[in-house]
Amino acid sequence: MASKEQKAQFDVKTQLENVSEQFKTLQILNEEGEVVNEAAMPELSDEQMQELMRRMVYTRILDQRSISLNRQGRLGFYAPTAGQEASQLASQFALEKEDFILPGYRDVPQIIWHGLPLHQAFLFSRGHFQGNQIPEGVNVISPQIIIGAQYIQAAGVALGMKKNGKKTVAITYTGDGGASQGDFYEGINFAGAFKAPAIFVVQNNRFAISTPVEKQSAAKTIAQKAVAAGIPGIQVDGMDPLAVYKAVSEARERAVNGEGPTLIETLTYRYGPHTMAGDDPTRYRTSELDNEWEQKDPLVRFRKFLEKKGIWNEEMETKVIEQAKDDIKEAIKKADETPKQKVTDLMDIMYEDMPHNLKEQYEIYREKESK
Amino acid sequence: MAQMTMIQAITDAMRTEMRKDEKVLVFGEDVGVNGGVFRATEGLQNEFGEERVFDTPLAESGIGGLAIGLGLQGFRPVMELQFFGFIFEVMDSVAGQMARMRYRSGGRYNSPVTIRSPFGGGVHTPEMHADNLEGLMAQSPGLKVVIPSTPYDAKGLLISAIRDNDPVIFLEHMKLYRSFRQEVPEGEYTIPIGKADVKREGSDLSIITYGAMVQESIKAAEELEKEGYSVEVVDLRTIAPLDIDTIIASVEKTGRAIVVQEAQRQSGIAASVVAEINERAILSLEAPVLRVAAADTVFPFSQAESVWLPNYKDVIETATKVLKF
Repeated sequence: MASKEQKAQFDVKTQLENVSEQFKTLQILNEEGEVVNEAAMPELSDEQMQELMRRMVYTRILDQRSISLNRQGRLGFYAPTAGQEASQLASQFALEKEDFILPGYRDVPQIIWHGLPLHQAFLFSRGHFQGNQIPEGVNVISPQIIIGAQYIQAAGVALGMKKNGKKTVAITYTGDGGASQGDFYEGINFAGAFKAPAIFVVQNNRFAISTPVEKQSAAKTIAQKAVAAGIPGIQVDGMDPLAVYKAVSEARERAVNGEGPTLIETLTYRYGPHTMAGDDPTRYRTSELDNEWEQKDPLVRFRKFLEKKGIWNEEMETKVIEQAKDDIKEAIKKADETPKQKVTDLMDIMYEDMPHNLKEQYEIYREKESK
Repeated sequence: MAQMTMIQAITDAMRTEMRKDEKVLVFGEDVGVNGGVFRATEGLQNEFGEERVFDTPLAESGIGGLAIGLGLQGFRPVMELQFFGFIFEVMDSVAGQMARMRYRSGGRYNSPVTIRSPFGGGVHTPEMHADNLEGLMAQSPGLKVVIPSTPYDAKGLLISAIRDNDPVIFLEHMKLYRSFRQEVPEGEYTIPIGKADVKREGSDLSIITYGAMVQESIKAAEELEKEGYSVEVVDLRTIAPLDIDTIIASVEKTGRAIVVQEAQRQSGIAASVVAEINERAILSLEAPVLRVAAADTVFPFSQAESVWLPNYKDVIETATKVLKF
């Protein structure tokens, strides 16, 4: 008997393919520092490009020194950033001072370049409340440890800006693992429903500690998760500073023009461990994969690009490196000189008006501290 | 003065504060055009517009994040959780985030958020509507937890909660929403948060209680009076922080006390009250401080409420044990 092939009612295969087709990776600079997409080239002056390179080099040094200081016990909690300079710094470079950043725990560089003094970033790492006392006029909040919480809060900050009639945006960052959280989805969905000026960045470095992105979701891209919120989703080469800058600038433009939020996925890589708290990436990453991504180093390709333009040289780079090292030394010294925390300090910052129980405990600790 | 139910007093408090301070925003699920599932926000969107009174998507966690973010932009959010059993969805935003905002930023930022939410048994609600989860909140440093039992208290305390620059959980017992009317002043007045109220004076026994158990305790006190006992009823009104001075003054006067709550014995805040009395007034006690509380089971299927929920008879029974100890 001839088998009777039944035609499927729904062409689900094509459906999934068609969706992924709409989230092609935006790249402007390839690994050799060649412009592969002239039409998308952002309008940046030579000085701006030099400044962006300067920040990326500085941040690579900051990462190397932070790892070393952590190993010496002179820093505490630290989540390495090497490899993510384009994703972190070119996105921050597209912002205005009035924009508000809600960083995750790995996003310390963005808030430093937005105005947080370096010694306070070190105090954050060590666990001192003064590290989180953001200076007035610097529109950031300290790094969020609860993965996803920054997303729903960003929707609120953005709605607040819209209600206040400001031409500014809230930007927030999470990782590939973070895109599995409920708050990730709720955050982008709320911002979409309220048409709020928010930029949601997912830095996809392929691993959430040891769990590869393939184990987070069957979705082919993270950018396409924007579809669930009915908002634009963009996937960019996160090792390409110009592509990241371009995507964030455009998202900012749409947001301040009242067109709502954007989700941006940056394809990136962390060269170091997840954090300095004993994570060993050789357990879950192959050296082949590490090598492959080292070829994509954002510093290498941007350096090549700028050198070809004749606006970057070794001398300039050395100067940045020396500057970074000096600043870091100075900042660590300043962190060392910060007075130790007392329990009464911690009580002071709990409420505007201390309730009865704390007042009582305050007297007990003040007595102890006076001895 | 007007005769108001508790729900009318709550609406009146929000209206009063919204007129006074344009930064006050009211939002939640169905609080806008619908006026809230209990009519608590009735008429507010009409008066203040959609910019200030608005509905949200159905996601408690997102609502919490929205409140935190709006607080960071200078607003004074009054968010509603439709039923307090849904707090688990937004526990991080409340206990993990807004409660810690001032501390974690070293005073740079704060969360001037009021969370209004109905709770409480006796009205045959479906699952996860009526649970008494105030104990979870009372254990989170950075939060204040207010539970009014009368229309007058509800209005004055809600105005104080909205004006407070730190997060306040304002729990509204569903059974008390329309159970009686009371004279409530027009316009603004405040009641300090953290201040208990002696609802009935007495000299033989102190009943320390809150929420729907205040009415049950007053009823019990009236019965006990017929037997010749003079019973004082202290309505905590705020369960975090506790008004230690009022509690201890009452116990020192009467020498005997019980703590009455609707929550399960392992939950609520009765154990804290007992501990405070033991530490501060043991020399005044003629008898141990006993607790009236629900059984340590999950909140009952609605048909079992009447046998499960503590009531005035339980209060009389426990009070008698302490009086005759």
